Amino acid sequence: MSEYILEMKQITKEFTGVKALSNVNFKVKKGEIHFLVGENGAGKSTLMKILSGVYPYGSYEGDIVFNGKVQQFNKISDSVDTGIVIIYQELALFPDLPVYENIFIGNEVNHSGVLDFNKTIVESKKLLNKVNLKINPETLIKDLGVGKQQLVEIAKALSKDVKLLILDEPTAALNEDDSENLLQLLRELKKQGITCIMISHKLKEVTSIADKATVIRDGEAICTLDASKGEINEAAIIKNMVGREIDDIYPKRERKSFGDKIIELTNWTAYDPQLGRNVSKDIDLHVRKGEIVGIAGLMGSGRTELALSIFGNSKSYKIQGDLFVDGRPVNFKHTSQAIKAGIAYVTEDRKGDGLFLLQDIKNNITASNLMGISSNGMINENEEIKVADHYKNSLGIKASSLQQLVGNLSGGNQQKVSLGKWLFVGPKLLILDEPTRGIDVGAKFEIYSVMNELIEQGMSIMMISSELGEVLGMSDRIYVMAEGKIKGELSSEEADQEKIMQLATQ
Amino acid sequence: MKLLNEAKHLIKDNIRDYGMYIALIVIMVTFSILTDGLFMSARNISNLLDSAGYIAVLAVGVMLVIVIRHIDLSIGFLAGFLGAIAAILLMQVGLPVYIVIPIILILGLFAGSITGFLVAKIGIPAFVATLAGWLIYRGAILLATEKTGTIIVNNDAFNAIGNGYIPALMVINGAHLLTLIVGAMAIIFYIYSTISNRRNKVKYNFEVVSKEIFILQLFFVSAIIGYISWILASYNGLSWTVIIMLFVVMVYHFITTKTVVGRHIYAVGSNPEAAHLSGINVSKITFLVFGSMGMLSALSGILFTSRLQSATTTAGTLFELDAIAAAFVGGVSAAGGVGKVTGAVIGALVMATLTNGMNLMGVGIAPQYIIRGGVLALAVIFDVFTRKQRA
Repeated sequence: MSEYILEMKQITKEFTGVKALSNVNFKVKKGEIHFLVGENGAGKSTLMKILSGVYPYGSYEGDIVFNGKVQQFNKISDSVDTGIVIIYQELALFPDLPVYENIFIGNEVNHSGVLDFNKTIVESKKLLNKVNLKINPETLIKDLGVGKQQLVEIAKALSKDVKLLILDEPTAALNEDDSENLLQLLRELKKQGITCIMISHKLKEVTSIADKATVIRDGEAICTLDASKGEINEAAIIKNMVGREIDDIYPKRERKSFGDKIIELTNWTAYDPQLGRNVSKDIDLHVRKGEIVGIAGLMGSGRTELALSIFGNSKSYKIQGDLFVDGRPVNFKHTSQAIKAGIAYVTEDRKGDGLFLLQDIKNNITASNLMGISSNGMINENEEIKVADHYKNSLGIKASSLQQLVGNLSGGNQQKVSLGKWLFVGPKLLILDEPTRGIDVGAKFEIYSVMNELIEQGMSIMMISSELGEVLGMSDRIYVMAEGKIKGELSSEEADQEKIMQLATQ
Repeated sequence: MKLLNEAKHLIKDNIRDYGMYIALIVIMVTFSILTDGLFMSARNISNLLDSAGYIAVLAVGVMLVIVIRHIDLSIGFLAGFLGAIAAILLMQVGLPVYIVIPIILILGLFAGSITGFLVAKIGIPAFVATLAGWLIYRGAILLATEKTGTIIVNNDAFNAIGNGYIPALMVINGAHLLTLIVGAMAIIFYIYSTISNRRNKVKYNFEVVSKEIFILQLFFVSAIIGYISWILASYNGLSWTVIIMLFVVMVYHFITTKTVVGRHIYAVGSNPEAAHLSGINVSKITFLVFGSMGMLSALSGILFTSRLQSATTTAGTLFELDAIAAAFVGGVSAAGGVGKVTGAVIGALVMATLTNGMNLMGVGIAPQYIIRGGVLALAVIFDVFTRKQRA
């Protein structure tokens, strides 16, 4: 039998014409802790979804060899049956059920359909001991902290006789102590012969416990570093992660001197009562007139939350600190006040909370500023058509007519509709959250060009982006965020991919 | 041939919009045949429209509630309760009609605002909040009519709302002149507004139907308006109920299609998060829609009490379900964001037509329920299928 417990051979996966993975070879030895590292969107999660059967056999090319056999997983339960369990960042627990029920959910201890609670509880205790969690199995999940919930997930995996455990960013939401606990547990599981694949953005974790680390970049496996050969260190990982040069996909713009501060935050802290923690902490930042400020950082670093807290979302967050617009202190109670003050926020999730998919282009473009085309509360439809037509032409929205439903447009054109909607508000500051996510290269270039035009006209832009190339290519100044804090500020001259990654993975 | 093809395409592309009109016409023609023309008699059509009034008004309101992804179960008994209050104010307190009606409408607005407050500000699911309202208003009716039982209303002005007709001015060959004039004006208004609408669309290069189809459309709709006016004119003319119903439809149609508030309602319905991030005050819209629902419930209560010329202890029973059914038959989407005022009214007419036609044929009450249930299910199935087709 081969020394590898898992071999993924020549895996290729396409999503409607876009290659997410191409010819990836990935081998894991029995009993090792193997890290997958790479930028957001590099293809790590896609690879793991193929392994766990989320993308069924036949939807990808290549072979999965597990335990010496070629596997054909059609659904998630197929992979679980062979001993592969994946734990996602978003935990799949039921908050209102006790720990023991969560551990055995879908795998209940029963006698011809009747649950055996006593045995369930006894078995749960044994499993909880294995993961060093000293709690009463009857505790409700919602009464546990995230760190302990994570351990319950692992106990759940152990109940299924797991051979290969996959953890997708398990420590992203954990504090230092909980993270250290988890890593310690993984070392112990390793001794018991359980193989572990872990996706993580925290390079310190990689250097401290990884046996191997495979770097994925742009859908390809770049290299596998081996700790026993002393190959795993931060510099080596980052170099392989970013590896590519910035192509000239970023249109040039004349960088002039900037004007006064349009917006300034001091000691800005936003507390999210639902999560029970601060999503932004002690943030000081400013954006000047005519400037593009990039906000870099990894997913979950609190960038979107920062933008939303600025944008008058006082319902969702408790805010401390000061916000100045044009030098005057402001306090937005509702998004409409932020809009009135000249701030526009283009969401990262245009389908989820940006656009009205069942309405046409015209209605979407005017949705944020209906007052601008109406008198006495009555909409002037001619004016509306003129406005919509103007943005359709100036942004190059490709559609059969203004009456086309936005839900039927391509991603790039949807993003342009989003932009048009906010440009019609006439903002001073445009907050763009992942402006080019899920958009093809051509449309990206057009959006960058629009951004440059807006800067020419004296607007300011705050651009949140996970794409390092984009941040470096477009920004005049860059803030790097991690764990809700600003970890550093870089001018466009001093910034490069390594520096940003270093700050973002601190 | 080309014309026929275009007409085919037009119907196919707009089947969702045209579907219920076609269904209504099919149902009407079927009943006319089955009852040897009795169904289309002037008297019956007049009666049918009057009996649809109080549900149609509720259907318009509840359609908007469903558009913003909520529901209101309390409207039936709220209507019944406010109808009883109207009767008490008229008969026992002795207030004149012109004071009672505004009081009742304001009370309705107030009741609706309470629901709106519970849903929008406190965050109670609308189903639960309005179920509580259902119980409370049901108790309230019983309480209001406890001592007297059924309250007979013998105020002629009030009863005219549900039973009276607009004055004829003059009768020519047995035809009600004012009704004919109103009908003619409606046709002129219709032709004028569709032509100017089309001009606008042509100006901005929007897709329009060919001239032949357009003229055919104008002719067809005008003929229907003309025919119905003629039928009504040959009986007692337009009733006040129909006038009120038309007024409500016109006002709500205008608000939903031409105003900022209307646009905001549909925005909140189609994506509440996006609406919030677009600077729309979602809870204000929720308030407003429930408030309007309460006011329309009050109007429905007035129409019903006036029609019966009395307030009964069971007034309003099942109105809410009839109205919700009418809204769904009229094409409102349970997923929110989609629904039309005209649709809700046509839905109410479809349901009233079914009841009326089956009554004429002497169909028992049991099969009637089953058939109406079947039509509701069919309407929603049709809706789901046509939506998939378009997606």
